[in-house]
Amino acid sequence: MIHTLEPILREHPFFQGMEDRHIELIAGCSMNVRFEAGQVIFHEGDPADHFYLIREGLVSVQFAIPHRGLTTVQTVGGGEVLGWSWLFPPYRWHFDARAQQPTHALAFDGKCLRAKCDEDHDLGYEIYKRFMQIVTERLESTRLQLLDMYGNHP
Amino acid sequence: MATILEQPEVVSAGLADPMLPMPYRIQRVKQETDDTFTLEILPEDSGKGFSFAPGQFNMLYVFGVGEVPISISSDPDDAPFLKHTTRMVGTVTKAMRQLKRGDTMGIRGPFGSHWPVQEATGRDVVIVAGGIGLAPLRPALYRLMAEREKYRKIVLLYGTRAPEDMLYRQELEQWRGKFDLEIQVTVDRAASSWRGNVGVVTTMIPRAPFDPTNTVAMVCGPEVMMRFTVMELLKRGVAPERTYLSAERNMKCGIGFCGHCQYGPMFVCKDGPVFAYSRIAPVLGRSEV
Amino acid sequence: MRTLRAMTAEPLHVGDTVVIEREHLEQLLQTLVTRGYDVIGPTLREGAIVYDRLTSTEDLPAGWTDEQAGGKYRLKRRKDNALFGYVVGPHSWKKFLHPPLQRLWQAARNGKGLRILPAEEKARPKYAFIGVRACELHAIAIQDKVFLDGQFVDPGYKSRRESLFLVAVNCGQAGGNCFCASMNTGPKATSGFDLALTELLQNGIHYFLVDVGSVRGGEILTAVPHQPANDPDKQHAERILDHTTRHMGRRLDTRGIKELLYRNYEHPQWDSVTERCLSCANCTMVCPTCFCTTVEDVTDLTGQHAERWRRWDSCFTVDFSYIHGGSVRATPRSRYRQWVTHKLATWIDQFGVSGCVGCGRCITWCPVGIDITVETGAIRESDSVKAPADLSKEPA
Repeated sequence: MIHTLEPILREHPFFQGMEDRHIELIAGCSMNVRFEAGQVIFHEGDPADHFYLIREGLVSVQFAIPHRGLTTVQTVGGGEVLGWSWLFPPYRWHFDARAQQPTHALAFDGKCLRAKCDEDHDLGYEIYKRFMQIVTERLESTRLQLLDMYGNHP
Repeated sequence: MATILEQPEVVSAGLADPMLPMPYRIQRVKQETDDTFTLEILPEDSGKGFSFAPGQFNMLYVFGVGEVPISISSDPDDAPFLKHTTRMVGTVTKAMRQLKRGDTMGIRGPFGSHWPVQEATGRDVVIVAGGIGLAPLRPALYRLMAEREKYRKIVLLYGTRAPEDMLYRQELEQWRGKFDLEIQVTVDRAASSWRGNVGVVTTMIPRAPFDPTNTVAMVCGPEVMMRFTVMELLKRGVAPERTYLSAERNMKCGIGFCGHCQYGPMFVCKDGPVFAYSRIAPVLGRSEV
Repeated sequence: MRTLRAMTAEPLHVGDTVVIEREHLEQLLQTLVTRGYDVIGPTLREGAIVYDRLTSTEDLPAGWTDEQAGGKYRLKRRKDNALFGYVVGPHSWKKFLHPPLQRLWQAARNGKGLRILPAEEKARPKYAFIGVRACELHAIAIQDKVFLDGQFVDPGYKSRRESLFLVAVNCGQAGGNCFCASMNTGPKATSGFDLALTELLQNGIHYFLVDVGSVRGGEILTAVPHQPANDPDKQHAERILDHTTRHMGRRLDTRGIKELLYRNYEHPQWDSVTERCLSCANCTMVCPTCFCTTVEDVTDLTGQHAERWRRWDSCFTVDFSYIHGGSVRATPRSRYRQWVTHKLATWIDQFGVSGCVGCGRCITWCPVGIDITVETGAIRESDSVKAPADLSKEPA
């Protein structure tokens, strides 16, 4: 059965090099979603049962900090992936995500995909490989933020 | 591929002795951010014949205090009128901030190599600026926009620490509206009122709209930022000999005599400050070189 | 005893070799004085042979020699009365050509304006150097590349250099720290001089072989009684030089030295040196090719007059590489590495020649006797196995 989202997935750089049967499996767990500007996508502590591929728009990764208000540490834009907590227990979000602009995304059902990865380890390997890449990139750019490159350092 | 930049054919006013400053009068001192300001100056004499290429710097002298190298950040077409944007980091720059309209200072220059605006003809141009790194790049932007039709896509990626540290905001907005120029900005940290990108400037490179096989890249900012920016550009396939950065070192003369600005075998004052990445790669990032 | 021939009116040409008696050296010196030269040469002062003004050949350290080793310099009496029987001391000729302290300009404030006045060099000095060694000729040529051959020219250096009259001396012995033979800078003076002397003493006879190196040199020499040199004289001079070459105090293997140092930035020998190096900067002060300077801007108490002075600086100082908030070379390890790598490697990429002339001064005047030949030898011995990295070339 060809899911209408398959062509979109096939085109996307994140799924480059994946076999058709795997794309089919993933497409079976995906759907189109939209968020209004300012809309909360998920809260810190919520069950992490999805991940998102942003097609268009801008999402803030935020923390609600007492006396500091909502602090954005990072934004995720068109073409980027949001969320990997669905991969690891306790499957809970570690931050708030809020759309800064009207945002279109593909949402992937994490529970559904986790089950499919358990059944098909080849699929699991392909998914984890790709998420590992994302996590590494985020870690590297977070380290650069930590370095406070533009600060005046004695 | 030879990428050693020739010194451009520029004339420095009256440099029979390149160690003698020429008097310039302050037209305006403008505060840009809480620690950065711009001096706008004109030469005391007619200064005809003074011209500079984008990326070059002058040695700025404050009477009785000292002299520092600062990149020129004005439009080359406006020369001999000059602008210098600088941070207040030491004795001389702090004294400079106290100067007023009508005061005089000394200028020696222009010195150094320049951004490869000529080489960018017929190509996409990617400009990645970090913090005050936008200041030495601004003259290149002016030149590119003055002859916009010569270049294909022009992309400016600009990152700062926080929104209040952005330079030339109004100008950037005007350019965005007026020219066929893609501008994306981001900040390392933001208050909740900021609705734009948050994250280091390197994160904007993978998806920026340019063709890496036919691009000239110009990068300026803190050294760490430049190193990681270059990494991302190379990852996308921009050629190392078409990726340029601007280096910075202690300078006491600006003309290759005092020895202070040496960086490996290169003198930043005369072999740089603009370097092709392919030339500077062996020393870039090496500790204490 | 040679019979004196009357001075001939024949002009002397470049390449001519003549002989002059020891006592006629005074006439050479006085001719230079009469022509308005400030004559500088070796003289004894405070236990060392330094370069200073000479009023006559009496000021030369006749009968003295120097014993040099790592961190050691002692004067000793010779058995003969040779005028140039030593090698090099703490001074080099850069003291005069590239002065340690120089006022670049003065400025005056008038109201909000300012006026810059170039420093008047009252009666720019016209120097005559007596006793320049082959290694020093090369050192001067190296500094010429820095100050005359680039896009910018140092006008003061240019004027001092153009008016300079240079009398070289071929070394009759090698010093304990000398390695000019390794660096191909001596002991024979081959070019870059107006006149070159070789001191010959045998059986109580004391005279000089003089090579004419320039038209000006030949012209000055015609005023001094001389005779053409014969073959035995020339052979004697050759033997002396050969003897000097074979008795060098030190040796430095220069094969592939640039690449060697470029690929050994992290060699443990740098850590070993750090345990000894005091960052005192003596080596850079005595080195005849080191040229780094800094500037100082000063005002008077009224604040209406300012001056800029230039003075010698050293890459060994902590703030030499200071940029906003910190020094690039914060550790003594990095600074020693910078000095050696610049002197023996990056200098070649910058100026086309090595920065080292093998004079050995840095070894003599280092308070802890660090020896550049030993340090680079140790690096060569346990060279890293990484592929050579040429910092001057772009990667393929």
